[in-house]
Amino acid sequence: MEIAFYLAAIVAVAATARVISCANAVHALLYLIVSLLSVAIVFYTLGAPFAAALEVIVYAGAIMVLFVFVIMMLNLNQETVARERSWLAPRVWIGPGVLGVVLIGVLAVALASGGSMGNVDSTPLMAERIGMTMFGPYVLIVELAAFVLLGALVVAAHLGRDDRDVAEEKRVAAARGRRHPGGEQ
Amino acid sequence: MFGFSTDTLIDFAFTAFETIAILLAVVIAAALLIWVERRLLGVWQDRYGPNRVGPFGILQVAADMIKIFFKEDWIPPFADKAVFVIAPAIIMFTTLMAFAVVPFTETIGVVDLNIGILFVLAMSSLGVYSVILAGWSSDNKYALLGGMRTAAQMISYEVFMGLSLLGVVLLAGSFDLRAIVESQAGMWNVIPQFPAFVIFFIAGIAEIHRAPFDLPEAEQELTAGYHTEYSGMKFGMFFVGEYLGIVLISCLTTVLFFGGWLGPILPGFVWFALKAGFFICFFVLLRAATVRPRYDQLMAFGWKILLPIALVNVAITGAVVVAMA
Amino acid sequence: MLSVLRTIWMTLMHTFRKRDTVLYPEEKPYLPPRYRGRIVLTRDPDGAERCVACNLCSVACPVDCISVVKAEDESGRWYPETFRINFSRCIYCGYCEEACPTYAIQLTPDFEMGEFDRQNMVYEKSDLTISGVGKRPGYNFYRVAGMAVGGKDKGEAENEAAPIDVKTLLP
Repeated sequence: MEIAFYLAAIVAVAATARVISCANAVHALLYLIVSLLSVAIVFYTLGAPFAAALEVIVYAGAIMVLFVFVIMMLNLNQETVARERSWLAPRVWIGPGVLGVVLIGVLAVALASGGSMGNVDSTPLMAERIGMTMFGPYVLIVELAAFVLLGALVVAAHLGRDDRDVAEEKRVAAARGRRHPGGEQ
Repeated sequence: MFGFSTDTLIDFAFTAFETIAILLAVVIAAALLIWVERRLLGVWQDRYGPNRVGPFGILQVAADMIKIFFKEDWIPPFADKAVFVIAPAIIMFTTLMAFAVVPFTETIGVVDLNIGILFVLAMSSLGVYSVILAGWSSDNKYALLGGMRTAAQMISYEVFMGLSLLGVVLLAGSFDLRAIVESQAGMWNVIPQFPAFVIFFIAGIAEIHRAPFDLPEAEQELTAGYHTEYSGMKFGMFFVGEYLGIVLISCLTTVLFFGGWLGPILPGFVWFALKAGFFICFFVLLRAATVRPRYDQLMAFGWKILLPIALVNVAITGAVVVAMA
Repeated sequence: MLSVLRTIWMTLMHTFRKRDTVLYPEEKPYLPPRYRGRIVLTRDPDGAERCVACNLCSVACPVDCISVVKAEDESGRWYPETFRINFSRCIYCGYCEEACPTYAIQLTPDFEMGEFDRQNMVYEKSDLTISGVGKRPGYNFYRVAGMAVGGKDKGEAENEAAPIDVKTLLP
């Protein structure tokens, strides 16, 4: 299990690095999917199979599909790849690089000062306990998230509503039906 | 860390052997389905179907395989080569991975995962990438249209599939497929969960985009949809992947709603094969009998009919389970 | 929704129907005598060839697959020196049979003429000619035609009156 954990962690880091450095948007997204999958394996080895499964279903399986969907429709070509590559010039890396190093430094100090690290091969955390936690101590956050999702649902329904004249459409449909007698029997 | 005892080695060898045997059997069954489907379609269309190669034409599969192996494996120059090559492998991989958690009998089965159903759902949701990436990397209008249709169709129907399974999970109190089968010893899930069964089966058809929900590859409008540019063995992988999907959905229906290997007199494996075979034949019958809906009809059917039924089913099942407890 | 279930049920019931197709090479389909298949050149009841090389079939052919070269024997009778049909072009329309004044060219109920070499689809006169009379038994063109040929003079054909002498006024 430990080997699996470290392998998955290395894959996750490497894939994430490629997400940043890849010039082709779709390839970058594919690396992001690989990264998410390896994070799922990391969850699994840490004893959270439920979270791992949800990570794959929700993030890799649904949200990233929508990302790929949108990027596919943008009709990216060789020019955009070249432009992307020009944006990835070394001097652009300086700012984010410094910030990243600071973050890693903070993380390293925090770990060195002996935070609890958790351990691989702990008892699996199953759906029952997750449900108990979510609807116990964290019920307020769950409800708030539900509000946000409901709001998003209403907005989506509003944006996607059909303004066409229903009566007019029925008339057209009836006319079409008359042209093909016996079509609907 | 590396100090294996002989016991673990034997264990490991046995598990590896069992895994390979099961996966081989599944792939061979999927390949034979090509012949079974053509013969059954022949029966239902008042004709014979392939009956020349071998007894009853059963070697037609071998002939098809030889033909497809010797076809030119062509990658269009305008395609995104890496993605183009990976795409057909994904569908084979994810579908075969999903078979890992299917319990065929009390003893046969690759692994008993305590998140069995979620694993199946995760694999089927990863299967979307195969089609969507194939559509995109082909750099072809029809392929792209097919890929986009698939993305919308599969994401939508995954929702109903997951929701319909919640009722079964509630009744069994576990995500483990083996535990779900064992919980059906008294009564098959299809009786208390009939709406869930119907929704699962319809969503399953849409998930592996078989007729009548084969809009991603609708021949009349999209030539062949996402695999327009594919040929040779890469096309063969899509082809076998589709049949693997049929076997998978049939096995899952058997496991989740029809008591898996449970049944009187006959041994468990025979019961399982009979039940799964029945659903495989039903898949072919659906292809022979039904017509393809329009795209908006497909989506409206999913979101306006299947989703409310699935939600009501979950709510009622939950209420009953809580009341009984 | 019900109609879908009904369709599925009806399709399932087709399991018990008789099959419409036949296993072809083992079980030959019945072909009526007037089926339009392979073209043959027939002979008259005496055993002589019927074709008089009039080229009407060649003219009638919509795809120009018939090629005839005329020759004449010492008795004044016409016959085809070559008679060639390119069956890789032929569409088996039967116009040549309709056009033929002597019932020489006829279509037969046979369609099994596949070849691996396209050139083998070109049938020469010797390939086309059969020894029988085909669909018209007892018909002999030269015996009913008014033409003077090989020992038969004008007016000697069946149902033919003697030719009128236009140089005299006597009845």
